[in-house]
Amino acid sequence: MKKLDRNEMAARVARDIPEGAYVNLGIGLPTLVAEHLPKGREILLHSENGVLGVGPRPAAGDEDEDLINAGKEPVTLLTGGAYFHHADSFAMIRGRHLDFAVLGAFQVSVAGDLANWHTGAADAIPAVGGAMDLAVGAKKVLVMMEHLTKSGESKLVERCTYPLTGARCVDRVYTDLAVIDVKPDGLHVVDIVEGLSFEELQRLTGVPLKKLASAA
Amino acid sequence: MIDKFVASAEAALADIPDGATIMIGGFGGAGMPVALIDALIAQGARELTIVNNNAGNGDSGLAALIAAKRVRKILCSFPRQTDSWHFDKAYRAREIELELVPQGTLAERIRAAGAGIGGFFTPTAYGTRLAEGKETRRIGGRDYVLEYPIHADYALIKADRADRWGNLVYRKTARNFAPIMATAAKCTVVQVRESVELGALDPEVIVTPGIFVKRIVRIGHSLRKAA
Repeated sequence: MKKLDRNEMAARVARDIPEGAYVNLGIGLPTLVAEHLPKGREILLHSENGVLGVGPRPAAGDEDEDLINAGKEPVTLLTGGAYFHHADSFAMIRGRHLDFAVLGAFQVSVAGDLANWHTGAADAIPAVGGAMDLAVGAKKVLVMMEHLTKSGESKLVERCTYPLTGARCVDRVYTDLAVIDVKPDGLHVVDIVEGLSFEELQRLTGVPLKKLASAA
Repeated sequence: MIDKFVASAEAALADIPDGATIMIGGFGGAGMPVALIDALIAQGARELTIVNNNAGNGDSGLAALIAAKRVRKILCSFPRQTDSWHFDKAYRAREIELELVPQGTLAERIRAAGAGIGGFFTPTAYGTRLAEGKETRRIGGRDYVLEYPIHADYALIKADRADRWGNLVYRKTARNFAPIMATAAKCTVVQVRESVELGALDPEVIVTPGIFVKRIVRIGHSLRKAA
């Protein structure tokens, strides 16, 4: 079995983003999706801080402190892009105008609950940003995460043990082992990495998976 | 003749009392009115309640205000960052109170205050610990949380250009919270890079009409490149 690396995971997500989509990429791993969007598709990236049509990172020396993304990294603006204030930016999110949000996660439950903002540790300083707005607002919420924790436990769980970001909000999960749809009747495997059987994936996952006819 | 320009940041902030609620524009460093914050630190007001998306970055601006122990409480969405050490220290020492608000709810609570709205129902945070104890309602088959406006005594914001009536335009993503904060405070003070004659700003592209602005300070500064 060959696990997908970060770039392969990002490329797998990017493949599913269609022409004309309005997309928000979360901080961290999801940001990498931008680099793998198929050339030739017009896809508009939204950033919470007030920009639509986010372009690639500027060349060294061309950074502008007034042009950043939600991760506070310097970005550029595509020709035709727009700036707007925060209330408009979150109207786009909450008002169901974004086609996709791609978010990282600590855990996703079989019901599609998402936990990605707080470990729940007593001494942790909490920070939520726009995660809860994206979770309830985007038409489709896609999660990117490693399938297993460092200690080998499944991040797909019966019930999230970490504090929730949103309830029943996740539509699809992309891991380094599989692509899994969250449906009312449970988790459906769409795709499995080469060399991994459905039975082995099921053994690693711990919560019941359903096999799509087209999946390996 | 209306002229909202004042001579200095010191003059613009002289009447801020202890205990004031102050909105500060900016998302990270973009749009943060650093010259006004420096003047606020020098002015000496204490026990402040601050509204900002973050809780300071590095050692300047809002971080410096927190380091100077002027902040009693902060309302923000994303305090914890790799360079939020002044906030982290004050929070762990229980010297500062935190009200954590989802970013879109923070923006809408500010907008609501400026627009005269008494409260609103949002789907954000329903079923999470950030909605614990809050009134909820099912509307059209969907669950919502009741949120209230955030009013401020002062808003300190940064814009790119202003005329003497207080009409403002911003620069790129430095706009962020400034237009809504300008509407939600009794006294909005603006730091601008450039002052222009009345009529120089195209009325079709003015972002903040002057009615929302009380005082303007021109701070000549070159545009720094991001780190």
